[in-house]
Amino acid sequence: MAWARNILRVNLTKGTCANEPLNMDWAQKYLGQRGLATKYLVEETDPKVDPLSPDNKMIMATGPLTGTCASTAGRYSVITKGALTGAIACSNSGGYFGNEMKNAGYDMIIIEGKSKKPVYLFIEDDKAELLDASAYWGTSCWDTEEGIKAKHQDPQIRVASIGISGEVGVKFACIVNDMHRAAGRSGVGTVMGSKNLKAVAIRGSLGVKVNDPEKFFAATAAGKAVLSENPVTGQGLPAFGTQVLMNVINESGALPTRNSTEVQFEGANSISAEAMAEARQGDGKANLLTTAACFGCTIGCGRISTVERSHYTVAERPEYQIASGGLEYEAAWALGAATGVDDINALTFANFICNEQGFDPISFGATVGAAMEMYETGVISDKETGGIELKFGSAKALTDLAELTGKGEGFGAEIGLGSKRLCEKYGKPELSMAVKGQEFPAYDSRSIQGMGLTYATSNRGACHLRSYTVSSEILGIPEKTDPTASEGKAGLVMAFQDATGAVDSSGLCLFTTFAWSLDDIAPQIDAACEGDWTAERLVEVGERVWNLERMYNIRAGFTGADDTLPKRLLKDAAKTGPAEGKVNELGKMLPEYYELRGWTADGVPSNETLERVAL
Amino acid sequence: MLKSLQIDPEKCTGCLQCELACSYENEGVFNPSKSRIKVFNFHEQGRMVPYTCTQCDDAWCMSACPVDAISVDAETGAKVVSDAACVGCKVCTIACPFGTINYNASSGKVIKCDLCGGDPKCVSACPTDAITYVDANWTGIDKMRNWAAKTDSGSQAEA
Repeated sequence: MAWARNILRVNLTKGTCANEPLNMDWAQKYLGQRGLATKYLVEETDPKVDPLSPDNKMIMATGPLTGTCASTAGRYSVITKGALTGAIACSNSGGYFGNEMKNAGYDMIIIEGKSKKPVYLFIEDDKAELLDASAYWGTSCWDTEEGIKAKHQDPQIRVASIGISGEVGVKFACIVNDMHRAAGRSGVGTVMGSKNLKAVAIRGSLGVKVNDPEKFFAATAAGKAVLSENPVTGQGLPAFGTQVLMNVINESGALPTRNSTEVQFEGANSISAEAMAEARQGDGKANLLTTAACFGCTIGCGRISTVERSHYTVAERPEYQIASGGLEYEAAWALGAATGVDDINALTFANFICNEQGFDPISFGATVGAAMEMYETGVISDKETGGIELKFGSAKALTDLAELTGKGEGFGAEIGLGSKRLCEKYGKPELSMAVKGQEFPAYDSRSIQGMGLTYATSNRGACHLRSYTVSSEILGIPEKTDPTASEGKAGLVMAFQDATGAVDSSGLCLFTTFAWSLDDIAPQIDAACEGDWTAERLVEVGERVWNLERMYNIRAGFTGADDTLPKRLLKDAAKTGPAEGKVNELGKMLPEYYELRGWTADGVPSNETLERVAL
Repeated sequence: MLKSLQIDPEKCTGCLQCELACSYENEGVFNPSKSRIKVFNFHEQGRMVPYTCTQCDDAWCMSACPVDAISVDAETGAKVVSDAACVGCKVCTIACPFGTINYNASSGKVIKCDLCGGDPKCVSACPTDAITYVDANWTGIDKMRNWAAKTDSGSQAEA
């Protein structure tokens, strides 16, 4: 129940698709999705594998709740060794694809090897086959999704695909499903491209069952009531989307600006939720067209927007005079504040290109920001950029580079390396605002101390979605802590990491945790799944998953020395705002964190700890 | 009082909770592909539109059925398919101008909305009130009220 108890194993080298039963002992230990797929990856691959080698595997995984009526229960994740980072990667996506996969009867799809020629995986319930994708290779995610639906004469097929960026090896390529939802970070799309797998297309009609329907309906109804009554999930996110944060974070002096040279952006209001809803001067309409929910979601934070038709990006190009997903906060920050661009139409257009060609707007925008700093300081010039005047604040440079990066052409191919490789190439590694090769997102850790430890210790490289202490430090959820203080943050980060590990393994969206604690989530899992699932047991699962990922990274060659931040955040104090004069105090937090985790002073889980978490 | 489903696409977020509820009520599993109500997503226009049977008074499906498998539920006015009588000929699916009665290959019968016997599960599942179950004689009452409010404030503004 809840689990389909079934895995599809696809070997691209041999061209085979075979079913096998899910290991239910592991399901009881790792729940599903992020945790369970990581267990499979750890058992089946060498952590030292080249991410782009056929020996790396890529696992698409649902959680036990995926496909049920629990609010937000449509998630799936892609677990692999990340092309951007060389670390464990786990990218989570919404939309409708996860439900379709579960309804076709699969908890996981394990993809192995490499196809000789481009193929796509086509699944109709228990029928799975690899089909020729030559018609779609060299086209966008949008054309691929529409093309596959048209070819099979079935508009109800759900598609997850890579765009050209994933084919040509842009290191932060995504897997895009349902036109604008993405397994976005760490280059999971790059891994998919390296396997010559263009898309996974699914039509599922088998249905999803739960263990105790009566208890499940009661628990999910109670959960939905909590979400609708909560000010963040019931009002803020539905009304403004994640962009509700733009002005809040800027006022907190925590909006990394122009490659983190500053912590507040004078153009923040122009790229905020409020700006998206404002009538444009030209046509009197707002960029924001409507809100959109993912499968099963009763919050509905998604935004659907348009670019003003007279804007230079779309004026001559009717194919972009359409609606698509965005802007979300992280993308708006990366494309905007990180580059100093305050033209909301340019940001919306660049975000469309990220959706269309499948690449991560966070890593893209942050890398453009780093390149802009190198351009302004004379490290690179028009010669390297191919004539693009790469100044901070240039909307034209941003949108031109989005199009070039989407296709891996010109200087876009260099942006596609990600900031770490790009800055190293030009002898300025310190200008890459990244941890373990992954660009950090939209919170400056000088002003939100916990986020520094979050980025430094995140197993998939810098990321806000591994321990979103912004909740506590800025929003006061579940209780307010001082964002400028580092005391107590080690424990806070650890608690968020463990809870998140459980949520990411369940099929639910992390955004529910603005309102839900594990006490709200446990009864839903308990009613759906065999076994007794309490909040305490979910924390155990989360801690186990965290240590499992950590051990993978250690075996891949990472050490405690990689748990660090760019020097800028440790040495150059915030110039303005509430945290003026502060740097991130990682050095104070990290030893305490290791100790709380039961890790050695070098950041290695001790034998006792591994035993305690049953690894 | 006869009631009918009222759909307001402007309020729909595309979450498919209606499809989940409908499929569970009718199939005993969460299975949107077997839902009697469907939400259509017009991506490039940013529109989500739920659609299902409107329970025509003079129903094409009912008239077309050669074995009288479709009858009227006297209490709700719903046109209801009898699985015992349905032979799966699909003539009703051709007759219906709206496409809201469909063949279900796994049962060999047709399926359509039956208003859940007067307690439509899509309505209680919808988190945004995009689907409501209202007085059949006054399905326009909310729109009337909204326009009445605008008309009234207009006249006050002039005065």
